[in-house]
Amino acid sequence: MAILDSKVPKGPIKDKWTTYKDKINLVNPANKRNIDIIVVGTGLAGGSAAATLAEQGYNVKAFAYQDSPRRAHSIAAQGGINASKNYMGDGDSDYRLFYDTVKGGDYRSREANVYRLAEVSGNIIDQCVAQGVPFARDYGGLLDNRSFGGVLVSRTFYAKGQTGQQLLLGAYSAMNRQIARGKIQMFNRHEMLDVVVVDGKARGIITRNLITGEIERHSAHAVVIASGGYGNVYYLSTNAMGSNATAAWKVHKKGAFFANPCYTQIHPTCIPRSGDYQSKLTLMSESLRNDGRIWVPKNIEDAKAIQQGKLKPTAIAEENRDYYLERRYPAFGNLVPRDVASRAAKERCDAGYGVNATGEAVYLDFKSAIHRYGKEQALLHGIKNPSEAKIIELGEKIIEEKYGNLFQMYEKIVAENPYKTPMMIYPATHYTMGGIWVDYNLMTTIPGLYAIGEANFSDHGANRLGASALMQGLADGYFVLPNTIGDYLSHEIRTGKIATDSAEFEAAEKAVKERLDFFINNKGTHSVDYFHKKLGQVMWNKVGMSRNEKDLKEAISEIKAIREDFWKNVKVTGKLDDFNQELEKAGRVADFLELGELFALDALNRAESCGGHYREESVVQEGEQKGEALRDDDNYAYVAAWEYQGEPSKATLHKEHLEFKDIELKQRSYK
Amino acid sequence: MNLTLQIWRQKGPNDKGQMVDYKVNDISEHMSFLEMIDVLNEQLVASGDEPVAFDHDCREGICGMCSMYINGEAHGPDRGITTCQLHMRMFNDGDTITIEPFRAAAFPVIKDLVVDRTAFERIQQAGGFISVNTSGNTQDANALPISKHDADEAMDAATCIGCGACVATCKNSSAMLFVGAKVSQYALLPQGQIEATDRAANMVAQMDLEGFGNCTNTGACEVECPKGISLTNIARLNRELMKAACKS
Repeated sequence: MAILDSKVPKGPIKDKWTTYKDKINLVNPANKRNIDIIVVGTGLAGGSAAATLAEQGYNVKAFAYQDSPRRAHSIAAQGGINASKNYMGDGDSDYRLFYDTVKGGDYRSREANVYRLAEVSGNIIDQCVAQGVPFARDYGGLLDNRSFGGVLVSRTFYAKGQTGQQLLLGAYSAMNRQIARGKIQMFNRHEMLDVVVVDGKARGIITRNLITGEIERHSAHAVVIASGGYGNVYYLSTNAMGSNATAAWKVHKKGAFFANPCYTQIHPTCIPRSGDYQSKLTLMSESLRNDGRIWVPKNIEDAKAIQQGKLKPTAIAEENRDYYLERRYPAFGNLVPRDVASRAAKERCDAGYGVNATGEAVYLDFKSAIHRYGKEQALLHGIKNPSEAKIIELGEKIIEEKYGNLFQMYEKIVAENPYKTPMMIYPATHYTMGGIWVDYNLMTTIPGLYAIGEANFSDHGANRLGASALMQGLADGYFVLPNTIGDYLSHEIRTGKIATDSAEFEAAEKAVKERLDFFINNKGTHSVDYFHKKLGQVMWNKVGMSRNEKDLKEAISEIKAIREDFWKNVKVTGKLDDFNQELEKAGRVADFLELGELFALDALNRAESCGGHYREESVVQEGEQKGEALRDDDNYAYVAAWEYQGEPSKATLHKEHLEFKDIELKQRSYK
Repeated sequence: MNLTLQIWRQKGPNDKGQMVDYKVNDISEHMSFLEMIDVLNEQLVASGDEPVAFDHDCREGICGMCSMYINGEAHGPDRGITTCQLHMRMFNDGDTITIEPFRAAAFPVIKDLVVDRTAFERIQQAGGFISVNTSGNTQDANALPISKHDADEAMDAATCIGCGACVATCKNSSAMLFVGAKVSQYALLPQGQIEATDRAANMVAQMDLEGFGNCTNTGACEVECPKGISLTNIARLNRELMKAACKS
């Protein structure tokens, strides 16, 4: 069993990154011109990395399956980005952001990486402002902040409810500047279908041109995977329809360890599903929990009446509402971390208190915020004894300024006005904390292969705090990888161009073509989506918000059965050398069908509850915390890194033991 | 509800293409428009036919990937939304719905409803950025106060999703709203003002090169824009262009 070396530098945590950067090898500017880097994925992580590497002088080839880097799913991130600027003067610091992130992640992340993330977070904001990202500002012209779940300070920078869009467009603009100069070669509508490893080093990729169907070979001195997460393994998630795990899974099959696949974030505030035809779920930003109060009816009769459409939520009196998060977690209230909020919603709905026809929804109510803001505005405008209608009018205006686009989005989907009647929300798969294992340099277990952003197993441990995904993606891409990759590439300055006619490229291309041929020629009986939906059902029911040994064992064998059925009976229409969306989906679902099994295996192995991974067997039995998730630090304070062995369920487990030197391990409490 | 769909089918860029009729039944009013097309495509796959190719990704109105004319309107009959946010409650049982790709010389059809919008990419590459390196050596973000009004206006311009509905709607296939939005975002901010006039000149030059038409102030683009980008941005673009002309 190989030993996982995290390569964390020695020294006090506050100095590690600075000291490390001072000492690593650099590549001189003239040599950078002779070095090629492939970046797969152009979201926040990939886009920012591609731009920065190109600015430094490397030749970058960037790949996206969409028709433009601007369409990567980072664009959909709503709420904001964290940074320890302490502009609000509420006691924030690098240490506090580091502490909150480690605690929020339920003590399952690597301390040194998280500290580095906190350390560079402020610089991200400086960088983005210089790029022209229009963050929200106050009347003095300075940047505004809001608060997110799981923390006690306001450190979240935002651009209305479209922060991801604005940050991505910032990275995209930096890319465009380099594309214009020829330093980035952009391959839109291209999908990576395999990585090529030569003499133990990542040397290139095989791609398919999604317009012509042509299979292409691309070589480089290093390959960076920035292809995002694997939430679509659940079929329904807040991910984009095309979001997939293929790049990540292919590198895993070529030797990169896959870490903590079971750590998935089920986001508490999404629009509930309406029917079987549902193709995806839509997130309502966590920022709404700043002002929205979550509740279900206190009385089961009221809940039943609502489910049958006989009662309106606005008709339920204040004393008959159960603000269950405020009741259970008085210290954090509606701003508990996502995993806690999601499970609490499920608990109420499972008990029968759900509030739509499916019984799978809770209310998010803005009535008291509208009142609070309305009264404040009346005072500010010098309106004495304002009428109830005036207060509501003024208050709604403030809510519209803050969340207007989210409210509009909700109204278009649900056809109800959330200013007048509470929103309905329910948890949905949103983000995957697990991913490709990387060391402190963000390098995988394959030399020369890097993974950044959501694609790596990253800094969020077992649960990610709100507004931290954007922070991590940009930290990796702008500030971490461009430094650490030089250390590896300094040994490549004499290598010269990498040939694409080697036996390794030949073999990789052949395997890709054979698989595509198989799909087209397998005249099966069921569409790709049919299998994807079946997989999604098993994942949601047995490997979802709440997991147990029996279900997980069943899930493993059921996923295997679906996979066998898929390879026998899948039907893919169209042609190989053509624009063919069914063929694209087939490859992605084939990989999800393998990843899902490893996911369940990892969840089975981890017999503790931590963060987003909740094992019914591991809960607090007594005292104030009764019923809450129970971590087991003695047995599970490690990263589970899986090595592929020919089949997902036969993967070998490698453990990276997590050491906590700067933070005391505690059972999380948000009471 | 039961519907008749008339959909543009075109095998590839060189194919002539034609409208083809399809029937879909039992469509729920709560379905999104694209979910309705999913239903049709499942039917087509089941019968061994090739499904209708269409661009889509985030399905929450922000990626800008979806692009269709529905009953002659970019993104369909509702306002302030993209096709993926359009819901079937906007239609009635028995309706016939025509679905076509965005039509513009600068947006050639790739297949069925999928068009090539990389002309937008080249316009952005011509100047849609502020020339600052991502070195991290920039000044503290709060060292540069920006009036809330300007920041908010820049944000409104920056919400453009690059879908191309403005071009598809314009009788001249003009990309002035798209270009105006980007030029405005940066021209409104002190960071972007240094390059503002060059940016406008370069982006417009590329726009002309790509074969987009000119603006005749009809205002259809503003009406169909899913993000409500205002015509004011075109005025601001023209102002920057004037400045560029004076300077040269």
